[in-house]
Amino acid sequence: MSQHLAQPHGAAGHGGHAAPHEPVFVGETRAKLDQLFARYPIKAACLLPALWLVQEARGWISEQAMAEVADVVGLTPAYVKGVVTFYTMYHTHPVGRHFIQVCTTSPCGLCGAEDTLKALLAQTGCGELGATSPDGRFTVMEVECLGACGFPTPILVDDDFIESVTPDGVAAILKRYA
Amino acid sequence: MGFPHASHPRETVVLSRYFGDAGARSYRGWVERGGYAALRQALGMAPDEVTAVVKESGLRGRGGAGFPTGLKWSFMPKNDGKPHYLICNADESEPGTFKDREIMRWTPHQLIEGCAIAAYAIGAETCYIYIRGEFTEPLRIMTAAVAEAYAEGALGPNVLGSGKRIDVVIHRGAGAYICGEETALMNSLEGKRGNPRIKPPFPAQAGVFGMPTTINNVETLAAVPHILTRGAAWYKALSLGNPKSTGTKLISVCGHIARPGNYEITLGFPMKDLVFDLAGGMRPGRTLKAVIPGGSSVPIMTAAEIEDCPTDYEGIAAKGSMLGSGGMIVMDDSADMVYQIWRLARFYAHESCAQCTQCREGTAWTTKVLERILAGKGKEEDLQLLLDLSENMTGKTICVLSDSCAAPIVSGIQKFRSEFEAYISKARKPALAGV
Ligand SMILES: Cc1cc2nc3c(=O)[nH]c(=O)nc-3n(C[C@H](O)[C@H](O)[C@H](O)COP(=O)(O)O)c2cc1C
Ligand code: SF4
Ligand code: FES
Repeated sequence: MSQHLAQPHGAAGHGGHAAPHEPVFVGETRAKLDQLFARYPIKAACLLPALWLVQEARGWISEQAMAEVADVVGLTPAYVKGVVTFYTMYHTHPVGRHFIQVCTTSPCGLCGAEDTLKALLAQTGCGELGATSPDGRFTVMEVECLGACGFPTPILVDDDFIESVTPDGVAAILKRYA
Repeated sequence: MGFPHASHPRETVVLSRYFGDAGARSYRGWVERGGYAALRQALGMAPDEVTAVVKESGLRGRGGAGFPTGLKWSFMPKNDGKPHYLICNADESEPGTFKDREIMRWTPHQLIEGCAIAAYAIGAETCYIYIRGEFTEPLRIMTAAVAEAYAEGALGPNVLGSGKRIDVVIHRGAGAYICGEETALMNSLEGKRGNPRIKPPFPAQAGVFGMPTTINNVETLAAVPHILTRGAAWYKALSLGNPKSTGTKLISVCGHIARPGNYEITLGFPMKDLVFDLAGGMRPGRTLKAVIPGGSSVPIMTAAEIEDCPTDYEGIAAKGSMLGSGGMIVMDDSADMVYQIWRLARFYAHESCAQCTQCREGTAWTTKVLERILAGKGKEEDLQLLLDLSENMTGKTICVLSDSCAAPIVSGIQKFRSEFEAYISKARKPALAGV
């Protein structure tokens, strides 16, 4: 199944579980979802888009958020959870303020991706895959081919797609993310 | 064009003509460069005539399987009263392939125009463009371009004043290689886990939302406007090898190569010249060892095999491999074939959707055995075990991801057996820590 090579397990822990769930689909976000419904013949087709809206708003998708999505899209929470866990980009745990995805698949691996990954793990302070740095700034994940194999090593920092990252270039990139 | 490099005189620049030209991104910019004339032309023809032109051109799917595009369109039922759908497959996740990304980044309207023409030809009012979730920049550019096309009347209820309705909806994936497989993509679009479906029914009978559906790759659809404006005969004449392989193809070249990038060739172009001339050949002091010519899912070719291989569907098949998606992974003499094949097997093990036993077990087991060999704990009989496992993974599953894992393993053992044996006999130091 499509899982991260290692699951994020943050220093932030499972924070937020005790707090009551603040609904995501109110106001503008609700209006966005309603617009989406009009573009598909069935509501369930809006499940992935709805999950993206949650992650954009909250940074990750909690069990309560899954239940809310289930409710607004007309599915069961168990079904939603089954879908969320199939895809690698949805976070089911809190992650660092900046989420870094690094490609290490063969074409990039041939060009030194593993060294770039090591530099990222060391210089962010994350130390290991899936861990959040002690300052809460970063979580680093190893991912499979990012579709930019001619520009090794591509990384994604949040929504910023950065090409041709070498170990020497890591420090300057990290500086841009507070 | 070998973006980010200037175009090479031996390329045939059609799809990539405006790569690197940010002015081509806007609707106005695209129209100034001749854009949307093909859509206007198509709307003045009967849908069947459009399909006939594409059929005549010889265009074949650029997503991997190479199925004739016009023929695929002609499978769509006529006057059945059901909604039809077009899907553009922009999931591009095949290791070694990065061409669709450039089409979307630089020429979003080239793709939108192709989608609109195809939708018209198959009687669809809606086209979903499924873009992999990691493609944040193409997603932004495509979203803006679609909005602009609506504002300019090139999409919507009255496309270019024709009275025809065509809607284009961008749908973002969420990370899963398997969603590039067409029926997995349809499930994903329906809000499900991306598990491939058993065929039949084929998409033209019952595709997304249970309705007749055509699915095409980004590069396939981007070629369509050019075929309409310049004619099927022009496209068909673009063929240096077999007449069944026509047109231009973007080849993504990566790995151990001096100038990685996308090169647009006329099909049939010599593979050796592609590697050594267009893409600049090896890095200084290195020699070529192997090429995986069609994305990671196809059999590995040796340096000797590319010597006289035309880069087209038949030419590569004659050498026992496939053109696939046109993602070319180059390896020089510094590459450890066992390690690279293990890394590919690990990719497939990670990406298996786990529905089929042969795939779920086979991808994991072959990865383990390769890991053991790399750790210096391989046994003599492991190579036969890998071949047996691969045999059991080929032609037996719902989709071909399982076969794709077996392809590099089988060809790797056949062609680079001594490298495996060196690990097993301990002539070579372990590359991985113990397992
Ligand atoms: C495991 C797997 C992954 C695939 N990934 C992609 C992909 O990322 N993009 C794509 O266009 N086709 C992909 N395909 C091929 C599609 O199933 C389908 O054949 C293609 O989208 C059809 O379009 P075409 O005829 O224009 O090539 C994949 C196939 C398999 C089995
Ligand atoms: S072959 Fe593998 S990826 Fe394809 S359907 Fe079967 S288990 Fe899923
Ligand atoms: S292998 Fe790294 S982007 Fe494709």
